[in-house]
Amino acid sequence: MTMRLFVPRDAAAVAVGADEVATALERAAETRGLQIEIVRTGSRGLCWLEPMVEVATAAGRVAFGPVSDTDAASLLDAMVADGPHPLRLGIADDIPWLKRQTRLTFARCGVVDPRSVEDYRAHGGYKGLERALTLTPDEILADVTTSGLRGRGGAGFPTGIKWKTVAQASADRKYIVCNADEGDSGTFADRMLMEGDPFLLLEGMTIAGLAVGATNGFIYCRSEYPHAIGALKSAIAIAHKAGVLGADVAGSKRAFDIEVRTGAGAYVCGEETALLESLEGRRGVVRAKPPLPAHKGLFGLPTVINNVLSLAAAPFILAEGAKAYADLGLGRSRGTMPVQLAGNIRHGGLFETAFGVSLGELVDDIGGGTASGRPVKAVQVGGPLGAYFPRALFGTPFDYEAFAARDGLIGHGGVVVFDDSVDMARQARFAFEFCAVESCGKCTPCRIGSTRGWETIDRIVAGTSREANLALIEDLCQTMRLGSLCALGGFTPYPVMSALKHFPEDFRRPSPRLQAAE
Amino acid sequence: MTSVYEPWNEARGAEIIAEHAELEGATLVILHALQEAFGYVPEPAIPMVAAALNLSRAEVHGVFTFYHDFRKEPAGRHVLKLCRAEACQAAGGDALAARAEAKLGVALGNTTADERVTLEPIYCLGLCATAPSAMLDGRLVGRLDEARLDALVKEAQR
Repeated sequence: MTMRLFVPRDAAAVAVGADEVATALERAAETRGLQIEIVRTGSRGLCWLEPMVEVATAAGRVAFGPVSDTDAASLLDAMVADGPHPLRLGIADDIPWLKRQTRLTFARCGVVDPRSVEDYRAHGGYKGLERALTLTPDEILADVTTSGLRGRGGAGFPTGIKWKTVAQASADRKYIVCNADEGDSGTFADRMLMEGDPFLLLEGMTIAGLAVGATNGFIYCRSEYPHAIGALKSAIAIAHKAGVLGADVAGSKRAFDIEVRTGAGAYVCGEETALLESLEGRRGVVRAKPPLPAHKGLFGLPTVINNVLSLAAAPFILAEGAKAYADLGLGRSRGTMPVQLAGNIRHGGLFETAFGVSLGELVDDIGGGTASGRPVKAVQVGGPLGAYFPRALFGTPFDYEAFAARDGLIGHGGVVVFDDSVDMARQARFAFEFCAVESCGKCTPCRIGSTRGWETIDRIVAGTSREANLALIEDLCQTMRLGSLCALGGFTPYPVMSALKHFPEDFRRPSPRLQAAE
Repeated sequence: MTSVYEPWNEARGAEIIAEHAELEGATLVILHALQEAFGYVPEPAIPMVAAALNLSRAEVHGVFTFYHDFRKEPAGRHVLKLCRAEACQAAGGDALAARAEAKLGVALGNTTADERVTLEPIYCLGLCATAPSAMLDGRLVGRLDEARLDALVKEAQR
């Protein structure tokens, strides 16, 4: 009998040797005369256990990890004997880290073959689209609105309202644009989903198309994600063959098609209007709003532009009902958020959970503290434009409003952990520096302010007119926050000001010049 | 793995441009395709792209220079990219970047004198839970430590 093995093809698993493990398993099977089939799945998101290999058994899929190619032979023996192995983790679904999650968007990621539409269907895929095809656009919009889904890219704008605005706009042509320019450090949920369950995104975009009357979709994926681009392109070709994409979606006589476009390394293109400019073939320069993309978006036409995770939430909402989604969460943050635990963390990975879990629980309990074993000093939530939170704020519940109330943001759900060796003045400088390099240059506070910012931090660190320069930074941040055209310049003050507020001692160390004089 | 690129050839360039010129908003697609073929975007290609898309030469030049990805000259034989974003910084990426710079004798963003290795920063490969990470000629490497970095540098220098 053929033994079915599952080895991730997710970029994070490949980066730590998954391809070598797959090859070694094939070789070891050959020498043993064993019949095996290796299915290359996405990742379950337990990144510290990658490469995590699974084998199908009568009791369910049994997981092993982290596996290296030298473990292949002993692993196969243990699988055949159904016996113990030092890397054996037990039934995958029962691993506590997975079990305590609420996986809606990531239900299939790491489980299914991302190159098989049959596998996707067998695990509940396309149920949302099937139901959407029986509904009127207004009914779809009502479902998405009542689900409480808010934009998962960071801004948290209600998705239903955005879709409704586009639905109500009259135009010959409308677009669905998926923002897959996941540039925030510490975030990788979009990448994992595109690589591990690409049909979910295609299904979500198709539902959006039906809801607003659009027939064309674009996925703008960053060039740093070649594996994701490959997975999407394969999935689109397969979906065409399966008749769920193209001129006649699932026999409905309605058309919807999707094209993948590759970014070119500009962080600012994650901002929606810069992304649209880039898609149109121009410099990724931010547009002033209004007009909103919903009215004048891609090529001046009404456009839904949503993050990968927002679009990927739609199939669940349509299949299981808006209530099932809205029942989860806290306050105005409904449903689940795929939180990404990253940086210096023991148990890093993707943890999808209902809103409301506390930051401390995510970092200490779920994440297991730092990988280095040193105390956690700061946690940056929400990417390079997110605030640094000290341990004192670990009680903050993961929720859009709760983070905003503490001068922070949840952004795209990235949580980057730093131990006590981090120098927060250096991190504040980096925030300005990054903004200076990535600024599109359209507005002055961002273009000039960012450079003046890191120059001033340098003076503070050097001990030059420290108090006056600290006051200057506050003033500069105020100008950038209120005067910038988009979130790049507008939110760079978050990491800077939070570093200053919560870790003032890092900005007031004896200067290197004075130390040398002693 | 050494990436092998074609030398610049006007006819081939024109062919690549024509292949994508009909797409909506084709500029980035064409620039990517040119770079994929030649390893960089040769200067003579810029006016050709402009003519094909009915744009001004300045517009295409503006797009070309806006994006970090596009090269105006060929890179070294191998390109080693080190992730320099926050998650990798938190996991010791700063020290590794300094080590790579010292080993190769060039600062990030430069090519070694023998044109073997281009060392570049990259802002996030999305491997933030297996940080620090790097990419050598398109191959991803996670959980970088001194030993793994040294091996990568050695491989790149070959």
